[in-house]
Formats: sequence, structure tokens, C-alpha cells
Amino acid sequence: MPAHRRVTVHPPVQAWLLLLPALVLLVAFTHWPIVASLWDSVHSTPRGMRPKAFVGLDNYAFMIDDPVFWQVMWNNLLFALGTIPASIALALLMAVFVNERLPARGAVRLAYFTPTVLPMVAVASIWLFFFTPQLGLLDQVRAAFGAGPHNWLGDPSTVLWCIVVMTVWKEAGFFMIFYLAALQAIPPNLTEAAAVEGASRWYTFRRVVLPLLMPTTLFVLINATINSFKLVDQLFILTKGGPDNASSLLLYYIYETAFAFNDWAYAATLTAVLICLLGGLALIQFVLIERRVHYR
Amino acid sequence: MKTRSLETAAAWVLALLWILPLAYALWAAIHPPAYATRFELGAPLSLENFRRAWEIAPFPRYFLNTVMLVTMVLAGQFLLCTLAAYAFARYAFPGRDVAFALIMVQILIMPEVLLVENYMTIARIGLVDTVPAIALPYVASAFGIFLLRQTFKQVPRELEEAALVEGAGPLTILWRVYVPLARPTYLAYALVSISYHWNNFLWPLVITSSVETRPITVGLGVFAAPETGVNWAVISAGTLISVAPLLIAFLLFQRQFVQSFMRAGIR
Repeated sequence: MPAHRRVTVHPPVQAWLLLLPALVLLVAFTHWPIVASLWDSVHSTPRGMRPKAFVGLDNYAFMIDDPVFWQVMWNNLLFALGTIPASIALALLMAVFVNERLPARGAVRLAYFTPTVLPMVAVASIWLFFFTPQLGLLDQVRAAFGAGPHNWLGDPSTVLWCIVVMTVWKEAGFFMIFYLAALQAIPPNLTEAAAVEGASRWYTFRRVVLPLLMPTTLFVLINATINSFKLVDQLFILTKGGPDNASSLLLYYIYETAFAFNDWAYAATLTAVLICLLGGLALIQFVLIERRVHYR
Repeated sequence: MKTRSLETAAAWVLALLWILPLAYALWAAIHPPAYATRFELGAPLSLENFRRAWEIAPFPRYFLNTVMLVTMVLAGQFLLCTLAAYAFARYAFPGRDVAFALIMVQILIMPEVLLVENYMTIARIGLVDTVPAIALPYVASAFGIFLLRQTFKQVPRELEEAALVEGAGPLTILWRVYVPLARPTYLAYALVSISYHWNNFLWPLVITSSVETRPITVGLGVFAAPETGVNWAVISAGTLISVAPLLIAFLLFQRQFVQSFMRAGIR
């Protein structure tokens, strides 16, 4: 921009007036609840005539001793480890597929992307029947190979993985479009040069394409990680967190604690933990991006 | 050449696998319940399942609620985000960077994460079980502010200065210069926002409790819960009914949808 340009001077009060409506709602529904969660987490749940009272770290002590809390944290970790790498790898694979000349490319891309526009509840109600013992598609396929029926969602050792598979199916196509955009932005002469040098396609992909996709991978990784704490809709249809909390995740446990057990103080405590987890994630992201900038 | 055809085959198998759940639901929905798990070419076609589903659940009401919700959210978002984005893009004022950072907190910690405290807030202002209550936490969207700010920043200053010379005020300039130039961003944001809120479940579930307010996702959740005892074929039909509007819109405007999601993601 030329230096001689006169910078338009607007009074700051105008700016604050423009911001005001958005700020009021953001404070009411984002900042206030964050602070209130922390506040309520050091108070007791008001019951009947007894108003809420300051209890210090009692709720947190209770949480440390709560086996269900550790179970849902563990489940959430497994859920994250199960969904994030798989959906990213599949997304990349899909993007590479549809970025090439392929018969009926449009139809293939459509198939990959369609789960993105479906609500999670609908997806779950469709998949529910896949997992039904004996009648479900999964058991029918297994029966063709001579295996007996299995109660996929009723067995603590398989239930979480059923939910992981379904979530990967739902998410991969969404992440694909970011990889697709990034692949299309790579100048063709780069890969052509590699081909002229006699590099194999795999080598070119690994040494030329993949590094160029790093920013996209970081973006997708962060989104996938946030989603692994946020996606719980499917539990309402498939398992309600069961059997015996084997498929419960942190946000679902928060919902249950507040709306099924009416323990608002403990729900606030669990929310505070989730907020800290997400905050820590933001910090890691910030550090990662900083480092990437420095490398340049 | 051989690896190419292998790749094509793999891409196709993956595509079939990806479309299988929907195809399966469609199969179950358009055949009599007896054929829900029996795949025979000669199975008779029937729309009976759709009729049953339509009778059991008040789908028209659920759709009306969802349309009201999505309209409310989008109208509010357009207004509030436009104003805020303009302030961030074109004003220099003390506290701007702090205010922006504070707003961006919402990108990380979405309202549904804060459902416990947000429920209490809504209860305090007496709006539980209303459509505006579903919309309210999402109206001031950090994501929308971010997206529009990026777009507004690219508007050449000359255009604004020309309008200033003609004596236009800031709101006139915003309306006449910035908003028209940002039309593609509004379209992209609208599609992303509509898809998100059409499909949103957890917060609407918590804050609604009656047929008059429930959006289609929550309605479907009630309808498809295993304990209702409705048979699988009817549930499939109901599920297809609920996803139909957005799915059809997506099939018609595929390119716009995909590009909007891309544009919204790559910032």
C-alpha cells in the first residue's frame, strides 16, 4: 500500500458500538460459562433448601476418586487415538484418489463427501442396524465366513471400536476436501520435475507432496482432535455410553451428570477439565505453528 | 499402467464402502420390513415404511422448527458478524487485539461444550424450550467474524475513500461497499452454518422438550431410539425423510457446498 495514503480515522467509540452486540452474546454464552464452570466447580450443588456453599477442591477430590471419570478419560483417549490417525490417513488417500484422472471421479468424490452433510444422529441410526447381533449386516457377513453372531454394541471390548469406525466414516470425507484443495494448489511442475529426475511416484509423494501438505495436516489434526472431544451425538442413539460406561466419553458424561443425575457442581467440575484440555490443545497448536514459522 | 488400474479399483471399492450405509438404509426403507435383512433382487417395492414413519413422528413440525432455527441463526450471524468484522477490519482502537483474541476463544470452546452453564443461563432468562434459546449461543459466531474480517481486509481502501468523499457514514459504507463485495464469503458461510445447525443435536436436545420446539435431529433421536420399538424399516424411512432436504440441496449444489467448506476451512 502506498505510504502517502491518508489513513481514515474513525473514533474508537464507533468501533466498540459495532462490536457491542456480538460481544454481549459472546460474553454471555462463552466467557461467562467458562468462568462460571470454574466458580461452580469449587461450590456444592444446591439441593432443596440448602443453598450452594464453597467447598474448595472437594469436587476435584471426588473426581480423582471417581472410577467413571477415569474410564471416560481413557475412553476419550482411545477414541481420539482411534479416530484421528485413521480419518486423516483415509482423508489423504481419498484426496489423492480423486485428484487423479479416474473414471467417474465426480461420483467417487460424492460418495466420499456425502457423510459430511448427514447429521450424526441419522448416521448412528443407520449404523445401529449394522451392529445388530445376528440380523445386522456385520454379522451376516461374518456368518458367510462361518463365524457366530456377536453383540457388537453390548460387548465392552468391541463397543468403542464400533463407534470409532462409524466416526471415521463420518469424518474422513470432510477432511478430504482440505487435502484436495492443498493438492490442487501444488504447482504441477514440481511433481513433473521429480518425474523427469526419475523419482518413483511413491518417492515423489513422500519427499515432495507430503511435506507441502504439512500445514493442511496440522489444520486437519487440530480439527480432528477438537472433534474427538466434541462428537458424542452418536452415543445417544447407539449405546447411551454403555455397557457399563464402556463407550462413554467426557462430554457425554458431563451431559449425564448434569441432566440425568442433577449433580450440577460435579458437571461444572468435569466441564472445567474439558475446558483445560481444549485450552492445552490451543497452546500446543500455537507452539507448533510458531515453530513452523521459525523453520522458514 | 498396472498400478493405475489397481488404484482406480481401490478408489472405487472405497467409494462403494462409503456409500454402503446409505444404500443399505435406502434398501430397507423401500421394501417391506420382511426384506430389511434379506437381499433379493425380486423383493417388492413399497412406500409403506415412509407412510408409517410420517404417521408416527410429526416430521412437518420438526422441519418447521429446524427451518425457523436455521433462519434465526443465520440472520443473527449475518448481522452481528458483519458489524463486528467491520470494526476489526477497518478500525484502529485500543484493546482491539485483546478483544479479537477473546472472541476467538469460541472457535476452540464451542457453546455445546459449555452446555451445563448455558442451560442455567437460558433457564435464568426463562427461555428454556424455545427456538430462540437453541439459536442464541451461536448467533455471535467467532468463526463468522473471523471469515468476514479476512474478506473485508481485502477490500481496497480507495473504494471506501471514494464513498467517504461523497459524505457516506460508516454504516452506509459497510452496506454499500463491503457487504456487496463479500457476497461469496456470505454464501460460503451460509452453507457451512446451515449444514451445521441443520445437523446440530446436543444443545437442541438439552434445551428443548416439546414437539413445538424440537428440531429434526432431536425429533429423529426420539423416533429412532431403540426403546421405541419401531421396526428397522420404518426407522430407515424416517431417517431418510429427515436427511432428505439437506441431502437433496447438497446433491443439487454439490460444487457450492464443497467449495464453501473448503473456503471456510482454508483461512
